[in-house]
Amino acid sequence: MSRTATTEPPKFRQTLEDANLQLAVYTATGRLMEKRREAVAADVLPEYQELRTQAHEIKKHTLDNLDYYLELFEERVKAHGGKVVYCKDGSEVADFVLRLAKERGARLIVKSKSMTTEEIDLNERLAHHQLESVETDLGEYILQLAHQRPYHIVAPALHLTRYDVANIFTEKLGVENETVIEKQTMIARGVLRQKFLQADIGISGANFLVADSGAVVIVENEGNARLTTSAPRIHIAVAGMEKMIARAQDLPVFLKLLGRSATGQPLTVYTSFLSGPRREGEVDGPEEFYVVLLDNGRTRLLADREKRQSLYCIRCGACLNHCPVYRKVGGHNYPWVYSGPIGAVITPQYMGVGKDPWLPFASSLCGACYEVCPVKINIPKLLLDLRSEVTKLKAKERAGWAERTAFRLWAWVMRHPRIYELMGSMTAAFFPEGETPGWLRSVPPFMNIGPLKKWLSQRDLPRPASKSFRQHWRSRRKGVR
Amino acid sequence: MPREKILHKVRTALGRSSGQLPATPPPVRLRIPEVPLDARIESFTCALNKLNGKTCVAHSPQEALDYAAQLCEGKRVVASNSPVLRECGITGLPNVRSNYTDAEKLREACAAADVGITSADYALGDTGSLVMIASPREARLISLLPPVHLAIVPRSRILTGLDELFTLLPNPAEQTSSMVLITGPSRTADIEQILVRGVHGPREIHVVVL
Amino acid sequence: MGPRVALFVTCIVDQLFPRVGLAMADVLERIGCEVDFPEAQTCCGQPAFNSGYRAEARDVARHFLSVFEQAEYIVVPSGSCTSMISHHYAELFRKEPEWLDRARAVGSRVVEFSTFLTEVMKVEDVGARLDAVVTYHDSCHALRELSVKSGPRRLLGRVRGLTLKEMDRAEECCGFGGTFSVKFAETSGGMVRTKVDSILRTGAEIVVSIDSSCLMQLQGALARANAPVRTMHLAEVLASR
Repeated sequence: MSRTATTEPPKFRQTLEDANLQLAVYTATGRLMEKRREAVAADVLPEYQELRTQAHEIKKHTLDNLDYYLELFEERVKAHGGKVVYCKDGSEVADFVLRLAKERGARLIVKSKSMTTEEIDLNERLAHHQLESVETDLGEYILQLAHQRPYHIVAPALHLTRYDVANIFTEKLGVENETVIEKQTMIARGVLRQKFLQADIGISGANFLVADSGAVVIVENEGNARLTTSAPRIHIAVAGMEKMIARAQDLPVFLKLLGRSATGQPLTVYTSFLSGPRREGEVDGPEEFYVVLLDNGRTRLLADREKRQSLYCIRCGACLNHCPVYRKVGGHNYPWVYSGPIGAVITPQYMGVGKDPWLPFASSLCGACYEVCPVKINIPKLLLDLRSEVTKLKAKERAGWAERTAFRLWAWVMRHPRIYELMGSMTAAFFPEGETPGWLRSVPPFMNIGPLKKWLSQRDLPRPASKSFRQHWRSRRKGVR
Repeated sequence: MPREKILHKVRTALGRSSGQLPATPPPVRLRIPEVPLDARIESFTCALNKLNGKTCVAHSPQEALDYAAQLCEGKRVVASNSPVLRECGITGLPNVRSNYTDAEKLREACAAADVGITSADYALGDTGSLVMIASPREARLISLLPPVHLAIVPRSRILTGLDELFTLLPNPAEQTSSMVLITGPSRTADIEQILVRGVHGPREIHVVVL
Repeated sequence: MGPRVALFVTCIVDQLFPRVGLAMADVLERIGCEVDFPEAQTCCGQPAFNSGYRAEARDVARHFLSVFEQAEYIVVPSGSCTSMISHHYAELFRKEPEWLDRARAVGSRVVEFSTFLTEVMKVEDVGARLDAVVTYHDSCHALRELSVKSGPRRLLGRVRGLTLKEMDRAEECCGFGGTFSVKFAETSGGMVRTKVDSILRTGAEIVVSIDSSCLMQLQGALARANAPVRTMHLAEVLASR
């Protein structure tokens, strides 16, 4: 397969043929779909559609004026005794953390779940300098032990079974073959509790940055993010700049949508609204508070008015759960940490459309993602735009000649009805009559190539009608009238 | 300086200039339904019970104290500095330690405790959430480290929901460095989507509405 | 006399499933429409648009607009092709104001077949009879871009002898997706097999839809699995007596 192909990567097959994995992913996503459906049903949340529209408008407004809100946010964080650090990419983030750790003599970092730090491989970068940083979200912790990247934006270990976890714990923690999920969870709790109490620095992500408050908002169920941001002496929140919303009073809109869209919860167990280090008189909490604002390509996405909306994403994962393609191919077949429909939209924009040109094509354009997106990102439209960019790039690079020629030819034929009709009749003559009337299980070898072969690899083929509709229509007109 | 560079890139991308004010933001639409106190209490306890939280509506400080005393019997307990707890007599229970002002000591006590007792600044009727605002009265770790969390919440503090909370506190950062909403016991479903409670935070949450 | 309608039968129906177009014409005539078939029609351009070839799609779309510019109503046996014309032509001609106006004018008169019956003609009972248990597949573009959901079910509800049994995954994509079905053949095949399982669980003898392209994918997979279920376009069901 050439680098420029816009077709299925061969590695998909392995996932498609893994019956256990198929069942695990299909069941898990199906359950999440069901929970979301119940949580946004008209009888429990009549204002659901209105909330989506509001969320979209707030995100649009904030991002259209992002420079203003970045500066406002920064000013408010400063006023509360915290510090904002701008970083262009992952290496700047790692440099900042390493420098701070060195200055403060920090040895151990606890981390709560953050897709942004996954995006920049922060753990690996820190480990490279012998600074231990431990993931504390249960799923992320398991994946860190197993050296895997998240399978899903909100349920990172969605593909693993209790038996997989037992093997990982046996190998990495020396715990003999524990397959009871509750006990596995408590083992992790025990290990991680000690880490929380020993750690010098806690690194969290952020679900939202609130400009008018200078606050970082974190949403979670386990309590590990609370521990990460409360127990260590230093709290660093690493967030993409696009996480900004204008006002604290905008939060209810997003909080009502996020938990429901992700797991069907009206609110997740913990919602933390953090603005600066421990204040005068407060008994506990970090003494130092930093917010790292990451660009890493986001300014490039901002520049495109239409595609800017892909930055509205609040990482609820609903588009993954509802995507029939994600449900078949899973999270690890996507080229980057962001998988599913939103991954197919943002990855090409961050990495360049030429890197994995097949990605925007890995969709049947069914639109389920757009239907469930809590901030109304028109994902199918963005995929179509990206497809067009891919074909343009390929034309420029003089690649994909056969397909382009085929479509040019096709378009020409479609503008010439007589030729179209003639070609239709000629094609029909090529196809023999099959066993099922009108349906072919195979075609002669000389025809079993290209798209026909691909079609037949999965399903039977309709035999072209010996008389097209227009031919029927002509005789119908003559006979009836 | 990455700061200037990044802000410049953002402005260029958006076609804006330095110091330019934003367009008018979309209106804030917070809606507070009229719900009588009894119904708010009912809704709060219902929602929290559904999440496996335990609730008790106490009609006197003595009832709250009884609940706390029973829950804490034979346990190591840390209580916050909230006057509500003192007024109920909870801080006077023999096994309850309170009045921490030093972070290090509080942390050690919480890490060793079986039960943490706090008040809550507000509670949300529709979701069964507690609103914990860090202050000299309320520390963060008491509701987080011990495996059991008990909160005594004055009934007048039960709001309808998020919209009312953010109407009362249009900018929580003005009064605290940390506001946390707690909605039920700590939980995870990261392995096979099987629900397990008490993964990092408390596995039990008890709320006495006073 | 009812309205004059121009059929846009779509290239798939024209070349592969002409009986669907004939059935549609029958039903429309039965309820009093004057049916016309502009013979210069070919395709709406969607295959090129969805594959990223916008210039080619535009060429075909211009041809379509020229052919149908005079029509009062353009009725289409496909939600996907309808949506291409009524929704996506606007994107295609974003930078060509003159063509954009023409596309909008024609787009407002393009109606998907079941919607034409229920919303324009306000007809639900077309006097059809079919003794069968059927299940209905929501085609994605009809469902999500045109909000077609209850109309076809109401029409099926009025067919004598017909029982509708809903499947558990009625709204899930069949995996066709145009060129996706061959570019990502194995994924597409996996998707349709899941859909076929859902169909088989209903015990229905027939799967009905309003898009022949979905039905091509479904029938192809059903035939491959030797499943005793066949597919029918809604028009064919409504033409049965």
